[in-house]
Amino acid sequence: MSTAIADIHESPAESSVNYLNASHGIKSWLLTLDHKRIGLLYLGTITTMFLIGGVAAVLMRLNLIEPQGALVEPDTYNKLFSIHGIIMVFFFLVPSIPATLGNFLIPLMIGARDVAFPRLNLMSWYIFVTGCFFALYAVAAGGVDTGWTFYPPFSSSYSHTHVVAMALGIFIAGFSSILTGLNFIVTIHKMRAPGMTWFRLPLFIWAMYATSLIFVLGTPVIAVTILLLAAERLLHVGIFDPAIGGDPLLFQHLFWFYSHPAVYIMILPGMGIISELITAFSRKKIFGYSFVAFSSLAIAIISFVVWGHHMFVTGQSVYAGLVFSVLSFVVAIPSAVKVFNWTATLYKGSISYEAPMLYALGFIGLFTLGGLTGLFLASLATDVHLNGTYFIVAHFHYIMVGGAIMAYMGGLHYWWPKITGRMYPDLWARFAALVIFVGFNLTFFPQFVLGYLGMPRRYGVYPEEFQVLNVLSSAGASILAIGYVIPLVYFFWSWNYGPPAGPNPWGATGLEWTTASPPPTENFEHSVIVTEDAYNYPTADVTSE
Amino acid sequence: MMGLFQFGLTGTKAAASSLALMIPMQPPAASTIAGEIDQLYYLLTGITLFFTVLIFSIIFYFMVKYRRRSKDEKPPDVHSPLVLELAWTVIPSLICVVIFVWSSILYIRSTHPPAAATEIFVVGKQWMWHLQHPEGPREINELHIPVGVPVKLTMTSQDVIHGFYVPAFRLKKDVLPGRYTSLWFEASEAGTYHLFCTEFCGTNHAEMIGWVYVMSPEDYAVWLSGGEKSEPMAQQGEQIFNHYTCGYCHVADGTGRGPSLVGVFGKPEKLSSGESKVVDEDLIRQALLQPNSVPVAGYAPIMPTFQGQLTEEQILQLIAYVKSLGVQERASAR
Repeated sequence: MSTAIADIHESPAESSVNYLNASHGIKSWLLTLDHKRIGLLYLGTITTMFLIGGVAAVLMRLNLIEPQGALVEPDTYNKLFSIHGIIMVFFFLVPSIPATLGNFLIPLMIGARDVAFPRLNLMSWYIFVTGCFFALYAVAAGGVDTGWTFYPPFSSSYSHTHVVAMALGIFIAGFSSILTGLNFIVTIHKMRAPGMTWFRLPLFIWAMYATSLIFVLGTPVIAVTILLLAAERLLHVGIFDPAIGGDPLLFQHLFWFYSHPAVYIMILPGMGIISELITAFSRKKIFGYSFVAFSSLAIAIISFVVWGHHMFVTGQSVYAGLVFSVLSFVVAIPSAVKVFNWTATLYKGSISYEAPMLYALGFIGLFTLGGLTGLFLASLATDVHLNGTYFIVAHFHYIMVGGAIMAYMGGLHYWWPKITGRMYPDLWARFAALVIFVGFNLTFFPQFVLGYLGMPRRYGVYPEEFQVLNVLSSAGASILAIGYVIPLVYFFWSWNYGPPAGPNPWGATGLEWTTASPPPTENFEHSVIVTEDAYNYPTADVTSE
Repeated sequence: MMGLFQFGLTGTKAAASSLALMIPMQPPAASTIAGEIDQLYYLLTGITLFFTVLIFSIIFYFMVKYRRRSKDEKPPDVHSPLVLELAWTVIPSLICVVIFVWSSILYIRSTHPPAAATEIFVVGKQWMWHLQHPEGPREINELHIPVGVPVKLTMTSQDVIHGFYVPAFRLKKDVLPGRYTSLWFEASEAGTYHLFCTEFCGTNHAEMIGWVYVMSPEDYAVWLSGGEKSEPMAQQGEQIFNHYTCGYCHVADGTGRGPSLVGVFGKPEKLSSGESKVVDEDLIRQALLQPNSVPVAGYAPIMPTFQGQLTEEQILQLIAYVKSLGVQERASAR
């Protein structure tokens, strides 16, 4: 955040006083109650965590260039994939869009001055940072080797690594999620401007609302689960380890009861962003507003009853398997509905291809492939073969990276002018989007094939016949890494030297584009009254067409 | 051409002439169910390709056709017809129903072993597989089985959770401590196939791998009779039974201080709580390790625990012995 403090006096000339230059000094940031500044605090924190998780991924892919392991010892490899998974899931993907763009945009989009509980909002950030410190301590002290799934009895009775510190980090960060979710739900219920009815809300708000429901209902379950794990590890209370009277599958039920909905914590906000981007860059009303809105809620609700599809090969009863299989197919339908509606929105639009739109179109393609490969895993017989292999790794990276991170990048590029008041070089941004798209597919597509061939995940060494596909994947990962570094460079440049953006550089609808860029601390100069639906782009009078 | 698709031991080395040939695309299929699972996999792949290409094509078409031509262009108002929304909700649902039904039929078949299946016992431990055939031979990280014979694995773990996975059979099952899981298959092609552990189990998880040798029945018979002579598992179980003087209480005619074990396997046993439980592998294991948790009706709860005294292998041998008692009784009854 130091750059923010150093350069606020150089903010774009056109806007006089805004949230960035309204007050100065490090204290003004660390004690801020402004949702926009808190969003930026989160942005700095999760970007740092993303880089740490990314370094772990790069080292893993380097190691996998050779079948016998090119770089590290088995224990080190096990720690690398554990750290990568834990940091990326709990300290980057879960908070990514809600805590940064959600914090920044929800009040702006609904015409409010701030979130409902600004102090709670700041406290959430401090709680999150505390969780990060515990996690980073666990990494610095020697790491953990349990995988991000922490399955006992390995994690509780056999691992010799810093499981408790890492678990506490996740436990603490979870409270940040719960409080943020609570804050958003109350904000969306109580702080909407006059005339901003539920069905005039931008779809990003619907997505954030559905995400917040999962935050509030799901996170306490993982918190309790992790406490039980710590209790077993520290006090040897038999909960999960059968040697002392526990049940190892109980942990898996509890873990996935949160962690499957958590997948939707990661992807729902991304879906919300895509609805904003597709409409803005095709100047069209969203196709089937209520279908897209309610599909978010449907996903949030159904996501709580599909956890058993992670356990088809654990010896779970056949009938449980059948029920979870059906429900897993059911949860796929609302996602399909969204993809069709986004595609139909383009129909007869006026489409332009600035960087955010490239990310949005990339998202639709990758999410389609990621979602369809999910059918292989909802289906019992094929899941038995593919479970625990690289097919799973490929599938969830298509959703998490191809989906969630593409959307996050698209959202950052779309709202960057609003956040900073400055533009970035669009040509570089488009180039980076292309590099990320190519690098991503080269990294993860070969992993679908590897999984079908039978290569298990979490292997630091592997049989020779898998080498060519692994080398392709590692080559893709290096391209992907470059793709992520380019935006870091031009965003940094833009923050300091970018040309002024003006209030609405994209010609988009939405209340956030009606105020200055960057917005004043109080968000809007005048009180806001809403009189029209979302995405009310001007249309031509061609009813005859 | 076979070099393209086969990747067993010799696998792709033979076809290393070009990059395309070096990339295997399909694992060998060597069980009776593998072919059908592959067909389902191809259907799913077809559906995935169709919809991905469809969405990509539509997007590209729209991108070109409706690209912005002037800065103040205003697109026409397009209404979203309900029929369209219903169509793209219902059609994917119907496709899902077809996949679900087909897949579930295969799954149910793959979870119900035929009664005549040969039973082999598996114990997973960090970081190796211990296997024992009922005839007695033991193996480590290798499994020899005959082609064309249904085989049922009864599996448990000595420490953490492992996963028993043979890609060529398209089958896997987790191997859990403290309980038994089972996996059955009928190998259809002789050959040598990978055996992998698929649940992360610690430092050398990636080296908890081995080979499954599928042999012709004749070769298998030769293999069984070769090597070190060993007694059948049931006999080994009997020796443990005698070593711990279990027969002092568990008298065959039922007059002892404990219930007779003859012919009990697979039949319901009345517990002192009043409920009945079928005597299976898990119940015998529980009775050995926590006897007081399953007191049999009509007997005093005086059996000592054997927790910590019996290895997982020994428990399996005792189970094999109790099972054999049932078979002998049925044979003599005929």
